[in-house]
Amino acid sequence: MATREQDVFDSLGRGLNSLVGWIDARFPLTKLIKEHATEYYAAKNFNLWYGFGVLALVVLVIQLVTGIFLTMNYKPSAEDAFASVEYIMRDVDWGWLIRYMHSTGASAFFIVVYLHMFRGLMYGSYKKPRELVWLIGMAIYLCLMAEAFFGYLLPWGNMSYWGAQVIVSLFGAIPVIGDGLAEWIRGDYYISDITLNRFFAFHVIAVPLMLVLLVVVHIMALHEVGSLNPDGIEIKEHKGPDGKPLDGVPFHPYHTSKDLVIIVVFLIAFAAVVFFAPEMGGYFLEHANFEPADPLKTPEHIAPVWYFTPFYAILRAVPDKLLGVILMGLAVLLPTLLPWLDRCRVKSIRYRGWTYKVALAVFAISFLALGYLGLQPATGIYPTLARVFTVLYFAFFLLMPFYTRNEKTKPVPARVTK
Amino acid sequence: MAESTGFTRRHFLTVATAVTGVAGLTGAAVPFVASFRPSARAQALGAPVEVDVSKIEPGAMLRVEWRGRPIYVLHRTDRMLQLLERVVGQLRDPASEESNQPSYAQNEYRSIRPNILVVEGVCTHLACAPMPRFEVAPADLGPDWVGGFYCPCHGSKFDLAGRVFAGVPAPTNLTVPPYRFLNDTTILIGSDTGNT
Repeated sequence: MATREQDVFDSLGRGLNSLVGWIDARFPLTKLIKEHATEYYAAKNFNLWYGFGVLALVVLVIQLVTGIFLTMNYKPSAEDAFASVEYIMRDVDWGWLIRYMHSTGASAFFIVVYLHMFRGLMYGSYKKPRELVWLIGMAIYLCLMAEAFFGYLLPWGNMSYWGAQVIVSLFGAIPVIGDGLAEWIRGDYYISDITLNRFFAFHVIAVPLMLVLLVVVHIMALHEVGSLNPDGIEIKEHKGPDGKPLDGVPFHPYHTSKDLVIIVVFLIAFAAVVFFAPEMGGYFLEHANFEPADPLKTPEHIAPVWYFTPFYAILRAVPDKLLGVILMGLAVLLPTLLPWLDRCRVKSIRYRGWTYKVALAVFAISFLALGYLGLQPATGIYPTLARVFTVLYFAFFLLMPFYTRNEKTKPVPARVTK
Repeated sequence: MAESTGFTRRHFLTVATAVTGVAGLTGAAVPFVASFRPSARAQALGAPVEVDVSKIEPGAMLRVEWRGRPIYVLHRTDRMLQLLERVVGQLRDPASEESNQPSYAQNEYRSIRPNILVVEGVCTHLACAPMPRFEVAPADLGPDWVGGFYCPCHGSKFDLAGRVFAGVPAPTNLTVPPYRFLNDTTILIGSDTGNT
């Protein structure tokens, strides 16, 4: 009995091996798996913060798959768009689930990406030699913002409509060419069927192609220089006699099995939102968007979805239109310069001085406060508060060369700690 | 043979090929970029609109759509016209020098006929539709408010001639679209030339 079973497994194994051999002679399959998984060494002291990159990949897959299935029933025309989304919600089998996964996925994407970026800020992931990893990451973030913006018009609700109206008008603030540029983006004198159709094209093909490509490049660049760790130590500097980093473990199976747990916990939370709070009290799906687009009527209170509100608050905080647009653009782009603004050689916050710790805390609070203020009406004390936090937000970046230059750091250990 | 400068025939051909290629790509990009402009149909749908102003009660406002934009046609009462004088000190551009309007609407009433105001209901900040708020001193706008337009998006305020108040995000007065009177009671919005 036992021998017969063994024979079956042996012949299966031989068959698989010869198949892999056949492929390897024609495509670097085994080489790629080794390079990026089984012989890719990452530090053994990763903490939870190092799980958000993998989670971003998981959300990307969720968005791609649910997006493809939504496309099969959605109609990108001003006449039919709103009704086709309702059709998906009511008449398509499981359509509500697919759509709620997609809308929740949009918010989840930004949550994990913001945390992923904050991890970079804490442990100095943007510093030499990882500048390109950071820059490519910023390009991914910009693509993600574009993707979210284009996607938000598609349900053709009233908030979709006026949100797009406001954002496209931002381009109108550019002197001389502004109005022509806004008209060129819309393809019409207002946000119309034509605009919806081209935003659909951007949302389902142009931007996702870019996004997937950039994610591949991001991971390739990361694997070239190697992942950092909470101690901010280069594990490649301490190798054993076998040439493998002493503080590293192969990505597969060690990190993958740990990531699997993180993914499962994430999916539990994700499912809880999809099933029990898909609108998230109006934060993930805004209430004004349950009315069809009406070009003649602005919603009473217009606000973008939560993930754009920090920048929206900065836009509103400035009483001058062009300056407001410029500052908002800068606020989005400034993190790109981090590798050169930060003059401190120590990477991890564990060994950095109090100035950076205070600055990072102030920055995090400002970002969250601006996010809150962007959701509130521009009345009373709110605009003043928004101005204060806008100044603090910019101070974090613009003063960085000064407060990091002579930072009082702690000694960095040679090998990773717990 | 002359001494080589390092720039060979091969270099020249490489550069020439690259330049030709870039020129070709630029030319090929033109139709794609141009396809983004408003199409012939979109332009045709942007045709002028006729409005019968005799049907608007004094003090009432009519919204009509032109090129997808709300156009506000307000029949101002004499009282409303008097109030325009009172807010001049609080305005950013009271004489409409930096704002967009046809020359025939660049006057103290920002209109052809004082009583009939025609403005685009598009906030000059970020294109939201300002709300008509003609009541005097409502709770949310304060005791100084004598009527005008209020943008719910970012709090910009305009008076009863669409002139922007100082200290709000909107940079200029509400835009006056081109329009003309076809006869005593009818206006044509979107065109100010041609036979009446």
